Amino acid sequence: MSAELLRETFEIQGRNFDKAGEISSEIKVILKDLDIDAACIRRVVIVAFEAEMNVVMYADRGTLTLVLTEEDIRLEVHDEGPGIPDIELAMKEGYSTASDEMREMGFGVGMGLPNIKKNSDDFCLELEVGKGTSVFARIRLNSHA
Amino acid sequence: MKLSEIKDLLRCKVLTGEEDLSIDIQDVVASDGMSEILAFAKSKELMITGLTNIQSIRTADIAGVSTVLYCRGRQPDKRVIDFAKQKKIPVLVTDMVMFDICGLLYNKGLRGVS
Repeated sequence: MSAELLRETFEIQGRNFDKAGEISSEIKVILKDLDIDAACIRRVVIVAFEAEMNVVMYADRGTLTLVLTEEDIRLEVHDEGPGIPDIELAMKEGYSTASDEMREMGFGVGMGLPNIKKNSDDFCLELEVGKGTSVFARIRLNSHA
Repeated sequence: MKLSEIKDLLRCKVLTGEEDLSIDIQDVVASDGMSEILAFAKSKELMITGLTNIQSIRTADIAGVSTVLYCRGRQPDKRVIDFAKQKKIPVLVTDMVMFDICGLLYNKGLRGVS
């Protein structure tokens, strides 16, 4: 495993729709300043944004950690929330348990987790129902998938 | 197609980005669902949506679209326009409905991304 060049952790406030997405925007600025390839930044920020929105929509609080190495960018998102009772269903495009408020924000149409998976080279979900969810995503720096 | 031509064709009002009307638009992504925009946009598209909250601009920034066009005459509040200005994303609004907008732009050779 290559050495970490950067590690930064951000706090995500659950149910705060006003601030939702601010962390992902900040990550975009950080990666741009580091001259990371634009296609790679795009994939990272989409993963970050969808994961951040999931925490805001479903959890009480959470953290998002950005890790940069010479080979890849890793995002680790942990939340204190209800977890996901049926992962297979949640990964299915179109399946959603979102409230009307979430849908009014333009989210909660059942594309969040599929979008995260699509934009990651490696993706993993760990959860405990009633306690929380963790999302791990890795995006290679030289990948344009 | 130049953004200025799109503005005239769809009888748009420019809410911010008057100085960017020379942008060339080839592709379009149109939806009220932000995850759908994130799933399909590649970069530099025209994003058409009826969603006028702050998340529409946040999504436009994250997805890397070049311009946001609000349909059905929907006016965002000042905070949303200020945020778009800060992110340097031109924002236009038209009274037309999404179906008509897409039809007119398709006729002019623009295409959706998938």
